[in-house]
Parts: sequence; C-alpha cells; structure tokens
Amino acid sequence: MMKSRIGGLLAATTLAVGMAGPAAAADDTFKIGVITFLSGQAAESFGVPAWNGGKLLVDMLNEGGKLPAPYDKMGFGGMKIEAVIVDEAGGATKQVQEFRNLVQREEVDAVVGYVSSGDCLAVPPVADELKAFTILYDCGTPRVFEDGSYEYVFRTAAHATMDNVSLARYLKSRDFDVPSFAGLNQDYAWGQDSWADFTGAMKQLYPDAEVKTALFPKFGAGQYGTEISALLREKPALVHSSNWGGDLQGFLIQATARGLHKRAQLALAAGDHVIPQLQDKMPDGIFLGARGVNGLAAYARGGELKQLTDTMWDAYEAEYNTFPVQAPFRMWQALFGLKTAVEKAMADNGGTKPTSEELAAAMKGLSWDAPSGRIEMALADGHQAIQPNAIGTTKWNADTGKMELVDVEYYDARCVNPPEGMKSQDWLAQGFPGAECD
Amino acid sequence: MDLAATILVDGLIYAGWLFIVSVGLTLVFGVLNILNIAHGSLYAIGAYASASMVGAYFALGGEAFPYGSYVAMILAALLVALVLGPLLERGLLRFFYGRDEVLNVLVTYAVFLILEDVMKLIWGVNPYFVYEPYTLLGDVEIGPLFYVGYDFAVIAAAIVVGLAVWLTLNKTRVGKVVLAVIHDSEMSQTMGVNVQRIYLGAFMAGTFLAALGGALTAPMISVTPGLGVNVIIVAFAVVIIGGLGSVPGAAIGALMVGISRAASVHLMPEAELFIIYFVMAIVLLFRPEGLFAKTQARKI
Repeated sequence: MMKSRIGGLLAATTLAVGMAGPAAAADDTFKIGVITFLSGQAAESFGVPAWNGGKLLVDMLNEGGKLPAPYDKMGFGGMKIEAVIVDEAGGATKQVQEFRNLVQREEVDAVVGYVSSGDCLAVPPVADELKAFTILYDCGTPRVFEDGSYEYVFRTAAHATMDNVSLARYLKSRDFDVPSFAGLNQDYAWGQDSWADFTGAMKQLYPDAEVKTALFPKFGAGQYGTEISALLREKPALVHSSNWGGDLQGFLIQATARGLHKRAQLALAAGDHVIPQLQDKMPDGIFLGARGVNGLAAYARGGELKQLTDTMWDAYEAEYNTFPVQAPFRMWQALFGLKTAVEKAMADNGGTKPTSEELAAAMKGLSWDAPSGRIEMALADGHQAIQPNAIGTTKWNADTGKMELVDVEYYDARCVNPPEGMKSQDWLAQGFPGAECD
Repeated sequence: MDLAATILVDGLIYAGWLFIVSVGLTLVFGVLNILNIAHGSLYAIGAYASASMVGAYFALGGEAFPYGSYVAMILAALLVALVLGPLLERGLLRFFYGRDEVLNVLVTYAVFLILEDVMKLIWGVNPYFVYEPYTLLGDVEIGPLFYVGYDFAVIAAAIVVGLAVWLTLNKTRVGKVVLAVIHDSEMSQTMGVNVQRIYLGAFMAGTFLAALGGALTAPMISVTPGLGVNVIIVAFAVVIIGGLGSVPGAAIGALMVGISRAASVHLMPEAELFIIYFVMAIVLLFRPEGLFAKTQARKI
C-alpha cells in the first residue's frame, strides 16, 4: 500500500512538474528570448527603446502584410513569433544563468540580446556549449570575434571601430582643420576602446594633430566642471566623446552652459540617442554619430530603403510619440536578419522549423536589408556583421520644433570596417588596408 | 588665469558640492551612530523631487519670476526630509539602535536598494531635466575661462549649510543637548532629555541635507536611476578623511578631495579616481580615526 502511494505521489509530482514547465514552442510558433536592459542606466538610452522597437516589429510581422517585400510575409516563415523578454541588468554571471534558463527551461528557438560588452563576452561560450542559436544585437566590443570563434553565435551589428573611423573620416571629408584634439570618455572598456579607435584613426588621417588631453571620468560621474575647465584651458580644436545616456546628457548640459561648444568642435561618436530628451538644449553644430545609419541619418537617407525605413519610423512615432534613435534600429536589423535566416533555412529543409544547426548555417555570411542599410555578415567567417555608417551635424529647426541632421556623409560598410581576418587595432595601425571608399 | 588658480576654483566648486552631500552623512553618524548607506538614495530622491517641483513651478507660470525655482528646490528637499525622515527613523532605524554597527550598515543598505526601486516606481526610468536654475545666475569670467554663476552659488550654499550646522550645534541650546546625547545618550535621558526626539531631529536634518545636495545638483545633470550610487562612495571617502561624525572634518575632507581631484584632472587625468582614495589612505595612515574624530578608548 505504502509503495503504491509513493509511486502515485511520484507519478503525480512528475506530471505536475511536466505540466508546470514551459512546453517547447509548437511548430507553428517561433520562440525568441530577448535580453536587453529594462532597468539600470542603459535602460532609458538603449534597452527600453530597443525593445519598444522590437515589440513593434514582432507585432507587425505577426500581423503580416504590414511591411514592404521581402518582409511582407507573416511571422518567421509563416510561424507566429513569440517573445520572452528578460532584463539584462545584474551582471555577466546572472546573464549566463538567464541564458541557460531561456534555452533549457523556456526552450526558446533563438536568443537575441545583449547591450553590455561584458555580457557579450560571457554568453557566447555557453551558447556554443548548449548549441543555442544566438544573435548579439547591440554590444560594441570588437573582442567577441577578434579574440574568439563561435559556431552558434552571430553579431548583426558592426563593432565600435566603425563609429570612430567614420568620425575621423567625416572630419577629413569636411576639410575640418584639426591641429589638436582632446577626449572625454567614460572610464570603462567602452570609453577606453572608443578613444583608442579614434586616436588610431586620427593618427592616419591627421598625423600632425596633437592630443591635448584624454579625460576618463568615472562612469556615472555626473559632475564634469573640472573636466570642462581642463578642456577650455587646453583649447583643443575638437573634443571627442563616446559618452552615452545620463553621462552624455550631464556633460552636454554643463559644457554648453560654459560655452565649450563655441570654443571647440564637439564630436560625439554615439550621441544621437540623447536628442529626444535634450531637444533644443542639444547645441547646433555637433558632429554626431549613431553607430550605423540609424535614427535621423536613416530618416534623411532616402533611396531604395526609404519605404521600409519610413514604415518603421512612422509606426514607432505613432506608438511611442517620439522618433526611433539608434537602439531600435539595431534591434530591427537583428530581427530582420533572423527572419531572413529562418526563411532561408526553411527553404533549404523543406519548410519545417529549422534547428539551431540549420539556422547557424543559414545565417553564416548572410546579407539582408534593414532600415539601417544593407547588413552583411562579412567578418569572423560570416559571424560578424558590417554595415554602412553615417555622420552628420546637428541643427535645430525652430519651425518644426525638431532636431535635424545636416551635412550628412554616408560611408560604405567596407570603408569604415576592417576587412575579414584583420583585427581592428592592426587595421588602424596599418592605415586602413583594404578599405573601399568612394 | 594660471593653472594653480584654475585648480583652486575647480576644487572649491567640487568641494562645495561634496560638503553638502557629505555633511548630513557625518551628522547622522555622529548622533545616531549609524553609517547610513541610504544617504545616496535620499540624495537621489532630493534630485527627483527637485526636478518635479521646479518642473511644476514653471508649468504653473513660474517664468514670470524664475528665481522662485530656487525656493522650489529647497522646498523639495524639505518635503523629502519631512516625509522620509520620520518614516525611516521612527518606522525602522529606532529598532536597531544599540545593535551591532555592521547590522545597521546592512539595514540601511537594504533601505538603499528598496528606495532605488521606489524611485523607479514613482519617476520611471526616463530622465528628468530642469536646466533653468542652472543658467539663471549668468556666467562668471575668470581669466580665459567661463564658469556658470550657479557653481559659485553652490559654494555659497555649502558655506551657509556648514555655518548653520556648526552654529546650531555649538551656539544654541538645542545644539548643546544634541552634543550631550552624542557624548552619552543614557546619561542625557536620565537628565530629562528626550533622546528619541533628538534622534528623529538629527535624522531629519541629515535627510534634508542629503536631499538638498540632490536638489542643488538636479539642474546640472539629467536625473536618472542609479544617481545615488556614486555619490555615496565619494561621500564616504570625505567623511572618513575628516573623521566620522565631525562637521569641520567633512569640510576639510571635501576641500582635500575637491582640490586634489581637480589637480589630478588638470595634471594627471588618468589618476583622477586614484587620487581620492590615495588621499584617504594617507590620512588614515597617520590618523586612523580621520582628521577630526576624537580618539576613543576601546571598551573591552
């Protein structure tokens, strides 16, 4: 009697556990795990707008027929897209655990995520261990594929070297005189790497330019009075900054109040995302990048992608009452890339939901159109994307009450990204070998 | 304007801000013997409250008299102190008086984490801006450099705060009672002092000073989640240099940190963070209790 009771309890427990655990996505559903910052300092600048854009696109794709060809078919290859969203806050150790949860418990078909470079470096080995198809959609560090190699991991956005090479090329193409320059960047990997990339590019394009000072205030410092004094004293022709979020907003508020923008040209490698918050408090005449042909640069571009860009732009503005900055554009290019890869894999396997292996084979070396331009998985043996970039100059339009980007220069992906097989720092040090610029 | 003068001016501006955010921390420790980690959150709530109050002031027609926004900032800090001071001190901290100092640190750290989420619930994750008070006071030209008049107003506010706290403690009856409680709370109680009220008053004053620091900082930054984290770390450095519980110590600590940091940014920017903790280490090497803390006999 006791034995059968225990047996019954065990059977009931097994059934209950089985019922409580999420079932694998059915063949008519494609389940993605999306990881981005929903809290913390990167949430407002990157994570929240990225997922706002992602959610919008998922809804449009699930509805079908909302987008121009080739994205007019419903979902991913006719499968409904289901997203499980996870907060990226908490550090790399937590994210590795969250990744395992998504793959092993939620049984997602693909993971799309990661703004933080630390997370982008921590997750890929686990993705390969679990054979989980993974797209890194945002993070900038070149080290992911320059120091490692992964079978199931892909990054659908260009790495950060592009941002600073484009900025240096913009100065050159505008005949901007740079006898000296200085930098103010956040004191962690992003800021340090951006400054190294910018000085590396400047060494090639402006070999005589003198570096006046390189300032690295603490991440989240808030107070930049002393740094601004140092920049005003040193009188550089140009001040470079890759600051983002609250740090960039605080720096701009304090710098413009003290007239730094009138005494030195400000060049912001990744600064477009603060425009919706600062509006006309963002001074005119700043050289501005958006880590790709994103945001205002995409809107101003026109051309063959205008219909796709305008469709997403209008939908985003209607839904969120603000225009999309760089983060949603990077989420869109990841999801459009995933859709293209899924449908390519399904065309090859007879129309069934692809496995991770089939997805990885389809994604390798793939290219597709996104509102940010043509994305090509051209580096790291087809695992790392290159994309075109644009730099422009800010100008407030008092009539429309909107910030515009003028004098925009567009750069081909192969002009501002290193070629296959070459590390970014070597490419910069050797004077951009293999660069294809018009 | 030579380099030394620039360093001095930059250092004084930073020190003024640092003193305001640190003096409440040292006051609470001096009276309640609690190292209040939640001081950083109270600073951040002061910044949010200030942004909201100033925003509301201008929305209600404050453009006609923009200087009224400074009153709104101070009222915001006062409001934070009146609401959160009693709530935290009466509702939580009083249950931990006399307990292990480490336990109090953990309790206030828990409060810090809770308040971080409370701020997100109330104000969301999007930034708040209130630039108007930052530019109202015009520019100050010193040699080839322009400073914002507001920066010097913060120095003035720090001097007023420092004098007010010092005079209250040393020249008023209430201050003498507070000093008696600091010296021996049990004896004070037997002499008829309402110690609980002194604790509440001191904690509310500390909360006000933290919130005032945030309120005065709000116009020069974008007020975003996580604001209080960095502040509490540097404020600890200041009060440890000056000696925990010492108001003049907080002033000297703020000056030492402010000026040494400014010197580093101008002369050796890569050592900007290092220099603050280097100064702290040197002081502790020669004065383990901090510069102004009285050496206490260890009870065994």
